[in-house]
Amino acid sequence: MTAGPAAPTPLLELEDVVVEYPGKGRRAKPFRVLHGVSLSIAPGETLGLVGESGSGKTTLGRAVLGLAPVTGGSIRYAGKPVSGLGKRERRALSKDVQVVFQDPFTSLNPAMTVMDILTEPMLVTGVSRTDAERRVQTLLDQVYLPHDAAQRLPREFSGGQRQRIAIARALCRDPKLIVCDEPVSALDLSTQARVLDLFIEIQEATGVAYLFVTHDLSVVRHISHRVAVLYRGDIVETGHAAQVTEHPEHAYTKRLLLAAPVPDPQRQAQRRAERLRLARERDAS
Amino acid sequence: MTVPETAAIPKRDRLLRRTLRDPVAVACLVILALVILASLAAPLLTDYAPDHSVLSDTLAPVSGAHPLGGDGVGRDVLSRLLYGGRTSLLGGTLAALVAFLVGGPLGLVSGFYRGWFDAAAGWIINVIMAVPAIIVMLVVMAALSQDLNVAMIVLGVIMAPMVFRLIRASVVSVREELYVDAARVSGLGDPRIMRRHILPVVVAPSVIQATQLFAVAIGIQAGLSFLGLGKASQASWGAMLNDGFTNVYTEPTLLVWPGLAMAVTILAASLLGNAVRDALGTTETRVVRRRRPGPRKTAAGGPSPSDRLLTVEGLRISYPKPGRSGGSDGSDGDKIVVDGVSLTVERGEVLGLVGESGSGKSQTAFAVLGLLPNEAEVTADQMSFTGKELLGVSQAALNALRGRGIGYVPQEPMSNLDPCFRIGSQLVEPMRKHLGISRSEARTKALELLARVGIPDPERVFKSYPHQVSGGMAQRVLIAGAVSCDPHLLIADEPTTALDVTVQAEVLDLMRSLQQEREMGMILVTHDFGVVADICDRVAVMQTGRIVETAPVEKIFASPEHAYTRMLLDSTLEGGPARAALGAPLKEVTS
Repeated sequence: MTAGPAAPTPLLELEDVVVEYPGKGRRAKPFRVLHGVSLSIAPGETLGLVGESGSGKTTLGRAVLGLAPVTGGSIRYAGKPVSGLGKRERRALSKDVQVVFQDPFTSLNPAMTVMDILTEPMLVTGVSRTDAERRVQTLLDQVYLPHDAAQRLPREFSGGQRQRIAIARALCRDPKLIVCDEPVSALDLSTQARVLDLFIEIQEATGVAYLFVTHDLSVVRHISHRVAVLYRGDIVETGHAAQVTEHPEHAYTKRLLLAAPVPDPQRQAQRRAERLRLARERDAS
Repeated sequence: MTVPETAAIPKRDRLLRRTLRDPVAVACLVILALVILASLAAPLLTDYAPDHSVLSDTLAPVSGAHPLGGDGVGRDVLSRLLYGGRTSLLGGTLAALVAFLVGGPLGLVSGFYRGWFDAAAGWIINVIMAVPAIIVMLVVMAALSQDLNVAMIVLGVIMAPMVFRLIRASVVSVREELYVDAARVSGLGDPRIMRRHILPVVVAPSVIQATQLFAVAIGIQAGLSFLGLGKASQASWGAMLNDGFTNVYTEPTLLVWPGLAMAVTILAASLLGNAVRDALGTTETRVVRRRRPGPRKTAAGGPSPSDRLLTVEGLRISYPKPGRSGGSDGSDGDKIVVDGVSLTVERGEVLGLVGESGSGKSQTAFAVLGLLPNEAEVTADQMSFTGKELLGVSQAALNALRGRGIGYVPQEPMSNLDPCFRIGSQLVEPMRKHLGISRSEARTKALELLARVGIPDPERVFKSYPHQVSGGMAQRVLIAGAVSCDPHLLIADEPTTALDVTVQAEVLDLMRSLQQEREMGMILVTHDFGVVADICDRVAVMQTGRIVETAPVEKIFASPEHAYTRMLLDSTLEGGPARAALGAPLKEVTS
């Protein structure tokens, strides 16, 4: 954990966070997904969290949202501990901490119109319906969806547009932090680039911070100020995006980098040779 | 608070409208309405009280005074039929209502919160289920009350587990949906989440269950009163059956009326439930049309070179538009997903089929494999594999080709292995069928293949079930299966999309080495230009059902001709600049 504190007062701070799921059966040992993870996010910053499936990256995001059982360490938001909060305090925090999920097809209730989906989080906090509906128009502008989108159902939209709706829902109460759980991995390449640019544009306009969970190194490089690499429940490397994605220190990050194929036949052939050489060395030692 | 209604009503409204489009449902509703009306209007329709017995009317024939005659003790049959309807309808409703009042909230809370409450409720429910229903009701009626309605309330409690199970299961499944998590993160309280997101999903299956419980309860109630239970003053269809049964030799028609009433009511309720279920299950009416072979042209391009594995010319795939029987809007009303695709694969060549979702790349691959759904309409000027026609041939001929000629590697390794069978048997069976070898030979070959695809412990994996191996392993198993019958052509549909990058690299290595070693042709469907650069010789770029550009791989990347190809290549993030660190001062701190 080299990069040190990101800013004097971090927005979000994780210290030795342990997440365990109870094992099956009475005496079974709990299954430990995160083994003491520490990281911090400054206001307005994007921290990219990379790792392969099973590394615990999604669980880390869910722990921050209060959706995963934190059994050790502490999560602090704006200096105040938020792990193990009661339901009421947690709800109060929902103004500041929001989420965009991976799958834009199941993260929107198919039976509700876009207007209902977007006004719901505002109405629970006592915003009047007319105010909420006015705000929806601004939100739709912000994510570049047409105004008549509000009257339609999620299934009438493409994957990229649905993800825009999910982003609008996350934005509707002006959060300080959005946990983005693989928000572009279900999208087509060209859509992916546009949605990422939307994320960056919104960040520059509103100063929101992102915890951006992904398995794709090129995505994380594009959007993150800093990158943390998660491997089997431990953070093995943290640093600036350029540093981690160009000069990785940890062997796993190197392997991860070389494994991602690049769209250039000659360079890819070189990388493949390099990767196979590394693999042979590892086998030999 | 008008919020919950706005969310739930459109859906329920649609359900109601769809149900009403079904003539069976309408008939059932009309019948049930008639039965209910007749029972309610009993005093208007008959002058006799149901328990008023006149000795001279014993087994009276059909007459103006007694339209359906008199029963064994001189009561008017029509009157008893109408008033008995009240008992039956009330009993059925009571039982269903109580079942939902007990089972519904329990199931809702159990499914939503799980934990100790779920465990405790599960125990209680199991105990209730273990109790023999008829005996309990006999005891209740003997010891507590002769009233049939009391028995129906007890029946409701006994049937509550069915409701509990149903509601708990639907709540558990919807609770896992991401939109419920999203609602929680939005700061919604539990009651609100239940009302807005959970209840609307539970309503539909509950309606179906309620109609079934209603029908079952009417049957059981009739059974009880047929056995002679219940108050003598309470007219019921079961009691009428009992009376008819004692007089079956002298007046058999006495059995007909109550039997008919029960059959009609129970049938109407059950069929209504089925109709609601059908309305739920199908969002649109589907037109199923058989595939038809395309217009056969003799290959115009002369004899194809002997190294040509696959020739596709002018492939066109369309689906009938849902909810329309075609031809209503001037055109033929079909949705065309692949429009005039032509491609060739040579021996030992890897062809990349690239495009975004909806471009028709997978549909093209499936058409070659003959795996499109039945309603797909496939036509082509030519589609042949090593000179043999693929379109319009019998399933048997296609099966023979698919096994030995064309292998297939799917996108989702896990869903393409049958969870009920060991991996070994899934590899051995196709080999025995297509290669005609013995079980032990096939076993040896399968173990060799598993070792060849880089599985460290072939014996163990051979004996494992699919859920016991990782996704990467499962994909290796499927690759082993795809090449097991020595195909000439391998079709891989996004074979590495579901895998981690490190695993993807290994699987691509494996596919490349197998392809070179066996000189297979290969079609690789993908959206990832990195994968294309890694493994393909030639690339066909697809956009909305058409191939816009085909070129050798170096040329596609060096000088793409079509604007769409350029756009796709430009949107890859690979090689772009990394985002700068946040704020200048921060940079100084860390550098």
